[in-house]
Amino acid sequence: MAKEIIKVENLKRYFKVGDETVKALRGVSFTIYEGEFVTIMGTSGSGKSTLLNTLGCLDTPSSGEYYLDGIPVKGMNRNERARIRNRKIGFIFQNYNLLPKTTALENVELPLLYNPAVSAKERAERAEKCLREVGLGERLYHKSNQMSGGQQQRVAIARALVNNPVIILADEATGNLDTRTSFSILTLFQRLYREGKTIIFVTHNPELALYSSRNIMLRDGKIVSDQRNSDIKSAEEVYRNLPVETE
Amino acid sequence: MKLSNLSKIAIKALGNNKMRCFLTMLGVIIGVGAVIAMLAIGQGSKNSIKAQISEMGSNMIMIMPGAERRGGVRQSSDDMQTLKPADYDAVVNQATLIDKISPMVSSSGQWVNGNNNYPSQAQGVNTQYLDIRQRRVARGEMFTEADVKTAAKVCVLGKTLVNNLFPDGTDPIGKIVRFGSIPLTVIGVLDEKGYNTMGQDQDDMALVPYTTVMKRMLAIDYIQGLQASAIDENQTEATINEITEILRSSHKLREGQEDNFTIRSMQELAEMISSTSSMMTVLLAAVAGISLLVGGIGIMNIMIVSVTERTREIGLRMSIGATGRDIMTQFLIEAVIISVTGGVLGIIMGAVATWFIKIFANWPVEIDPFSVVLSFVVCTLIGIIFGFYPAAKASNLDPIEAIRYE
Repeated sequence: MAKEIIKVENLKRYFKVGDETVKALRGVSFTIYEGEFVTIMGTSGSGKSTLLNTLGCLDTPSSGEYYLDGIPVKGMNRNERARIRNRKIGFIFQNYNLLPKTTALENVELPLLYNPAVSAKERAERAEKCLREVGLGERLYHKSNQMSGGQQQRVAIARALVNNPVIILADEATGNLDTRTSFSILTLFQRLYREGKTIIFVTHNPELALYSSRNIMLRDGKIVSDQRNSDIKSAEEVYRNLPVETE
Repeated sequence: MKLSNLSKIAIKALGNNKMRCFLTMLGVIIGVGAVIAMLAIGQGSKNSIKAQISEMGSNMIMIMPGAERRGGVRQSSDDMQTLKPADYDAVVNQATLIDKISPMVSSSGQWVNGNNNYPSQAQGVNTQYLDIRQRRVARGEMFTEADVKTAAKVCVLGKTLVNNLFPDGTDPIGKIVRFGSIPLTVIGVLDEKGYNTMGQDQDDMALVPYTTVMKRMLAIDYIQGLQASAIDENQTEATINEITEILRSSHKLREGQEDNFTIRSMQELAEMISSTSSMMTVLLAAVAGISLLVGGIGIMNIMIVSVTERTREIGLRMSIGATGRDIMTQFLIEAVIISVTGGVLGIIMGAVATWFIKIFANWPVEIDPFSVVLSFVVCTLIGIIFGFYPAAKASNLDPIEAIRYE
């Protein structure tokens, strides 16, 4: 069996809102192995954002256990979690979250700036390599506001790859993009999956389950289904068959 | 986290908002510029006063008859006659710390040369007076010890007197002028010294042997004072004590009896004047300091706005691994860069302003290196102090909320 990247056991997360307690996660357990492309699906209010925050070490569970790459996250303080995010996680957001007026290269270098072990030279080399991987080798010095949405998301993906994370966490990564660009980004995710990267893709779009290797469905803070997909649809094929938009 | 990396991040962030950054800096620039210029003015006037006093002789000691005046009580004329030529001789013979000493007697009256006349002083002194007051005879010569002994009818005129008595520019040397009814031969002209700090024309007088003033002009047997110079200006205090002892024994004063003379040193006077000017400097600097404080508040204001505006950026930085400390350091560095750059520009502006004051207003100014160092340190502190609150605010943000902030 492959290496366990993420292991959660009976994860619960309650929030106090005024006098009420909101139960966002009510005991979630699953294990994600190296090389899986998992979509986590659910409507709004299903707890998927809370789950993503917890998996991303931004939030700590109220109870239950969480192991990331074999390391227990639950007892960690703010700084320790910041460090583990920096070394082991790559985030991709719906609205890209690139720094404005900053070049693609500098945006991608950003996570490595917070890792003192990486020299300036290595930082630039790794950032450039990742940008080439996502197909932006020609736009290293374009500023974020001079790029299209798809290009910006590619920069964000390169930024998520630059620290060689054990897991890539994507939050509605195609949510802001048109269909054609969505599929080109999805094609990129599938390529990363084939290269052996572990990916968690959180979305409310059920269609995307067809393109991943495993789909976890959340409802009201609980897992309602967890299915492996042996017949992964090729996003690239769909992309090629989409009509090219004409002005 | 490497500080160099954080500095790079901070500089980049400031570069994205150049105009705002500059306007924030402006507050500090004006504040520091004002502090530098004000201190330069203060220091300059202090130095010029010091220079003028030391020109008059900072080792100078004045001995006056009568006890120290208190609260405007008028003293009897007897008290004003306590210094006699014998006291002068006693001090000359016994004092070891005194370099030069001259009796002082002066008489006011009308100086006359033909149909020109001018009211001025006849300053009765001995030959050592010139050294005590650090003056020179520009033309002709000073009277001699022999002139003093014989109460010779000679005088050395100050420039103002020469100008008024000889308006046509004839050479006064060898001419005979009258002081009141007494004819005196002009044997020399003093160098020009101009006005002193107290606004007195130092050239508006003539030097005459003190014996001449005592015997021929005033007909008195006492002297109005003594002026002396200490050998070492750092030993003024000891010199004063020595003279006090000599005069007390010469006056046969018993223990417990008050001195019937007063001794003042130029140093005391210098300290008094410079303490007034120090107070002015402090006042000026305080006003300038307030503008620096306002500049600091400007920094805080802009940093708070900046933190709110960049909430999402902060959220992103935190989610990709920046610790609260990293964020805090970044914002502190931004604040310090603003304040220190503003400080450096302010120092330059202050120097330019000082230069303008010197050229156009012709004020004595001097930039004290200490004030430059002080401004620099204060600026750094202002950056840290006023940057701290916004930076702490930024570092305490919750990454989950920050990243979704609209």
